[in-house]
Amino acid sequence: MVNAPDIAPRGTLADPLLPEPWRIAAVRKETADTFTLSLEPVNGAGGRAFAAGQFNMLYVFGVGEVPISICGNPLEPAPLQHTTRAVGNVTRAMWKLKAGDVIGVRGPFGSSWPVGQAAGRDVVIVAGGIGLAPLRALFHHVLGRRQEFGRVALLYGARTPEDLLYHTELRGWARRRDLDVHLIVDRATGNWQGNVGVVTTLVGRAPFEPKNAVAFVCGPEVMMRFVALELRKRGVPEPQIFLSLERNMKCATGFCGHCQFGPEFICKTGPVFRHDRVKPLMNVREL
Amino acid sequence: MKNLKALIQEHPFFAGLDAAYLDLLAGCAKNVQFAAGEHLFHEGDPADQFYLVRAGQVALELHVPGRAVEIIESVPAGEVIGWSWLFKPYLWQFDARALKAVRATAFDGRCLRGKCDANHDLGYELALRVAQVMMQRLQATRLRLLDFYGQRP
Repeated sequence: MVNAPDIAPRGTLADPLLPEPWRIAAVRKETADTFTLSLEPVNGAGGRAFAAGQFNMLYVFGVGEVPISICGNPLEPAPLQHTTRAVGNVTRAMWKLKAGDVIGVRGPFGSSWPVGQAAGRDVVIVAGGIGLAPLRALFHHVLGRRQEFGRVALLYGARTPEDLLYHTELRGWARRRDLDVHLIVDRATGNWQGNVGVVTTLVGRAPFEPKNAVAFVCGPEVMMRFVALELRKRGVPEPQIFLSLERNMKCATGFCGHCQFGPEFICKTGPVFRHDRVKPLMNVREL
Repeated sequence: MKNLKALIQEHPFFAGLDAAYLDLLAGCAKNVQFAAGEHLFHEGDPADQFYLVRAGQVALELHVPGRAVEIIESVPAGEVIGWSWLFKPYLWQFDARALKAVRATAFDGRCLRGKCDANHDLGYELALRVAQVMMQRLQATRLRLLDFYGQRP
């Protein structure tokens, strides 16, 4: 086990624009259109240090490159894990890859969840849909050092029960007495007997002390806006709310400007931001 | 065992309520229990009750011909179920079924309406609280209409 750094590590390659070959050790199907790749370096080296919330650029040779959050355990960074949804050309090509295939990896890039600020406080993790992936790394970090935190609540919403990621892990987390795991779906299918509704409604019900809580939120941007609103209504101070944003990241090093979000480059000063820093930008329609 | 007044007072729906109203409310209330799977009420039946859910979870459901019964929303402990008792024609619009064993405080809707008619201050207080719940559920429903999980985060 290694210590996750307080300052997020940057790409360790000599040339941050040059992908390094990594072999797919395993592919796990999570839902009908999402999957998790476990990667190991082709050169046989160990895992690569990263902080929860950071992302890598994954390159499917001959197709293209996409930014994907790292979703593994930052305290045990091998294998390198990424969960993504097959929605575009690159991720659909990635979906067809098998164990043993090789892809390119650049990274890690970007800012990380400021987990140190949550030490001694309650932790509220709010995820929507595939937004649980970048929060999974944070959750592993918190679980690995559980005694450093107060109450820990995971509030997770998805469209249907079949769309919930990490089923096996969720069941295990829900059984733990030192965690509060609340799941909710828009539509109850099958024999679902849990919560039905939108994830924002869980914020008011979860057991945490608002003034002494730090909230980490990831999901569709509109969801995050309303979750932040509910957290503020509940009494969580603005500086204690953090979001992970996504834009069209290409170079991941702040050169190309594709991911510009007002004065920010998401790839460099993000993807994790304190809510009060990006809140005014999130209401600008042209951005 | 707590008495009805104490149970009403500590439920979040009545947080901050003037204690003077507690006797009036308790006069219309009783404690009820439902086993998991048992119905609290059915669509089309007279809406003669209003429930403070104290434990368990309730599903609001709608029967759609040709499809399985759809859960529209789940209502957990600490929330309320049923506002049709307050509005004509006083008929339930949905089914309500206990997902988990439910303990609730049930109010007689006719009794409550009578007290609201006789005491408009109480009526105003109740109407405001019911409107607050309706607003929260409307907003949540609007967000669900966006189907936002389908997008990339």
